[in-house]
Amino acid sequence: MTPSPRRATTRASVALAATLLTASTLSGCGVFGSPDLVVYNAQHEQLLDEIVPLFEEESGLDVELRNGKDLEMANQIVEEGGDSPADVFLTENSPAMSIVDNEGLFAELPESATASIPEQYVPADRTWTGFLARSTVAMYNTDTMTEADMPASILDFADPEWEGRVAFSPTGADFQAIVSAVLELEGEEATAEWLAGLEANGVIVQNNLVVMQSVDSGEVDAGIAYHYYWYRDRQENGTDSDSSALHFFGNQDPGAFLSISGAGILDSSENKEAAEEFVTWLTGTEAQQAMAESYALEYPLNPEASLAPEVKPFDELEPPAVDVAALNGPQVTELMTAAGLL
Amino acid sequence: MALLALVPLVYVASYVVIIGPVDLWELLARPRIAELLRNTVTLAVVCMAATAVLGVALAFLVERTDLPGRRLWHGLLVAPLAVPAFVNGYAWVSLDRSINGFTGAFMVVTLSYYPLVYLPVVAMLRRLDPALEESAWSLGHSRARTFRTVVLPQLRPAVLGGALLVGLHLLAEFGALSLLRFPTFTTAIYDQYGSTFNGGAATAMAGVLVLLCLVLLLAELRLRGNRRYARLGRGAARGAVRVALGHGRWPLLAAVGAVVALAVGVPAFSLVRWLAVGTSTEFPVAELVEALVATVALALAGAVVTTLAAIPVVWLAVRHRGWASTVIERSTYVANALPGIVVGLALVVASLRLVPAVYQTAALLVAAYVILFLPRAVVTVRAGLEQAPTVLDDVAHSLGHGPLATARRVTLPLIAPSLGAGAALVFLAISTELTATLMLSPIGTSTLATEFWSASSELRYGAAAPYALLLVLVSIPATVLLMRTDSPATKTERVPV
Repeated sequence: MTPSPRRATTRASVALAATLLTASTLSGCGVFGSPDLVVYNAQHEQLLDEIVPLFEEESGLDVELRNGKDLEMANQIVEEGGDSPADVFLTENSPAMSIVDNEGLFAELPESATASIPEQYVPADRTWTGFLARSTVAMYNTDTMTEADMPASILDFADPEWEGRVAFSPTGADFQAIVSAVLELEGEEATAEWLAGLEANGVIVQNNLVVMQSVDSGEVDAGIAYHYYWYRDRQENGTDSDSSALHFFGNQDPGAFLSISGAGILDSSENKEAAEEFVTWLTGTEAQQAMAESYALEYPLNPEASLAPEVKPFDELEPPAVDVAALNGPQVTELMTAAGLL
Repeated sequence: MALLALVPLVYVASYVVIIGPVDLWELLARPRIAELLRNTVTLAVVCMAATAVLGVALAFLVERTDLPGRRLWHGLLVAPLAVPAFVNGYAWVSLDRSINGFTGAFMVVTLSYYPLVYLPVVAMLRRLDPALEESAWSLGHSRARTFRTVVLPQLRPAVLGGALLVGLHLLAEFGALSLLRFPTFTTAIYDQYGSTFNGGAATAMAGVLVLLCLVLLLAELRLRGNRRYARLGRGAARGAVRVALGHGRWPLLAAVGAVVALAVGVPAFSLVRWLAVGTSTEFPVAELVEALVATVALALAGAVVTTLAAIPVVWLAVRHRGWASTVIERSTYVANALPGIVVGLALVVASLRLVPAVYQTAALLVAAYVILFLPRAVVTVRAGLEQAPTVLDDVAHSLGHGPLATARRVTLPLIAPSLGAGAALVFLAISTELTATLMLSPIGTSTLATEFWSASSELRYGAAAPYALLLVLVSIPATVLLMRTDSPATKTERVPV
């Protein structure tokens, strides 16, 4: 169709009107307004969407979430430096907290924010605090395997007998946190060897949910992930967990590593008071119990709160002792790149 | 505009220099890179070939044969444009998990991208003067030979331009390939950035990706040659004679039907199924509306700005041919092969250091869209301008019109359909953009694509379905605009010049 000049003019004015409309819509829907508190959230978006409204209602503050992934957001905050729009940073795993902490970008938390969290989940200088924990597990397919077939240590998955039988998601911050624990507990050489073995044996998938699906469908015999994926699926509809079970390594094995979700306040924040109120609320009994009762099924760190009894009790996990502030993200990335996993 | 497009390139290049040759070699000479290179190149080459063959064959069937229901087929064949590749990937994977790896990626990507060849070829077939072909017949050429020697060469810019777009899309495709578990440079860069943000390994891989893109551009440039395709006069006001398919029409009809079933039917079925049966299906109306409004607003703004930006680039490339204008035109393409995440990161770094005020504003995000999608507008507008004869400008000048009046009264009306098509393509691309949006969007803004991705990567297929549906609905008007630009129904409404 070849339009007449008049039609072309009409189109141009439509386009102009559309642009004006766009500009007004963008400003209308709060894009240019400023909230009371900006949270860079790398924890599961669904969880924060559930609990933040509780805080907003109680405090009367308006909270904006910017959602992303652990290491990406940590590095973005480092890149932003003193200009960061973030007031609070929440992660799924502690290595991302360390990246920001090592740049000195966190402000010291008020005592109220860490009072209800056991001290082993808070770095000594109180630059951030743990608020949830997740246990490393192996999942196994119950049609092809029994609990007795599962190895004593997560390190055994590097053995040749596991070739093509174990799924994991090396690109996820979850798996990288597990590697950082192995690195901290076993040293660089053993970690590099373990990663090389996993690279040879493993079926690589894009996230822990696909790990669970692959195990449950029998595509692989076992998979490495965190505990809550399987429990959540049991709770929801069970279609991805009805042919699988969890194997907890326990016994202080690196495979029983307890990964800590962290919360910290940025030193550059101009809303520190609101940020402190939020982190204090997040570690308090009410929010901890709300998270424990949510879909998430991660372990609350406040001893006053507890998960439903179906989930393996927190005090039976027998995790290895790892200094929460010591986990090294960048070295893990290097080792995994060298192993060809990234 | 070309300068803006160069921001990501400068970013990658300067990091490569900072890394230094020794470390760079160490980062590149490893088995993982060889695997990624093999995956990326194989997929790109095979998909470009497949989309070119499929695109030309389908266009010929719809345009030049008496295939029953041509108008309906045309609409359905363009429809995959309204289904983003990652929604298509989600549709297939959520139906059958065994669809993955090379075969899965090849199938899903080809089904998603063939319209990029099909549409320009249809447009070109309609504009060809049947008199040329008739001359060939009168000289004793068979239909097949005429097609090969007369029609195909004239289709060359459309086929090459379309295949180039497919190749560039593929080099930068993230969502679909990630869902289908086929690692390429882009997915690997994304994984690396996820772990290290601006680490050396990711930047080195981005450098390789830029080189691949350059190879593609040079190849296309070589194949395209320097011919001009403009013609004065639009030929006879009638369509070309259609080939009578005879008994062959039924198998061919079945073949076209099969393409439509796979490219449109399967995603539609999967979506409806997840809307209906997903036990995690929620319908958070407020959030859906919010994401919808943000998506449409950003896509409209981006489409208008990008199309306006394409005009000077194309003008230079077509009307002032020379190495400089070619370099400017081509430089806009290179950024397109960079994954959104690299462009996003480059803009994060550049804006924080140079203009902190624009960081995390809608303006910066629109700038990223312009960088990412300028080539789509350029390709389309270029095709339009190439067919607008310069003689008409000269006539206008001789009648006393200045350059501005000439542009307004002669050139713009002539290229208006291609401007509309360019804007529509960009709108489609922006409404489905994922990685740069995640990184650059203003705080609190989420789009349909980011919400869809968040749900589908957590395998909440039911929760992802309403977003996928809205993504498709939002894309429909732009797809219809693209389709109507060259609709069979309007083909006889030619304006005599």
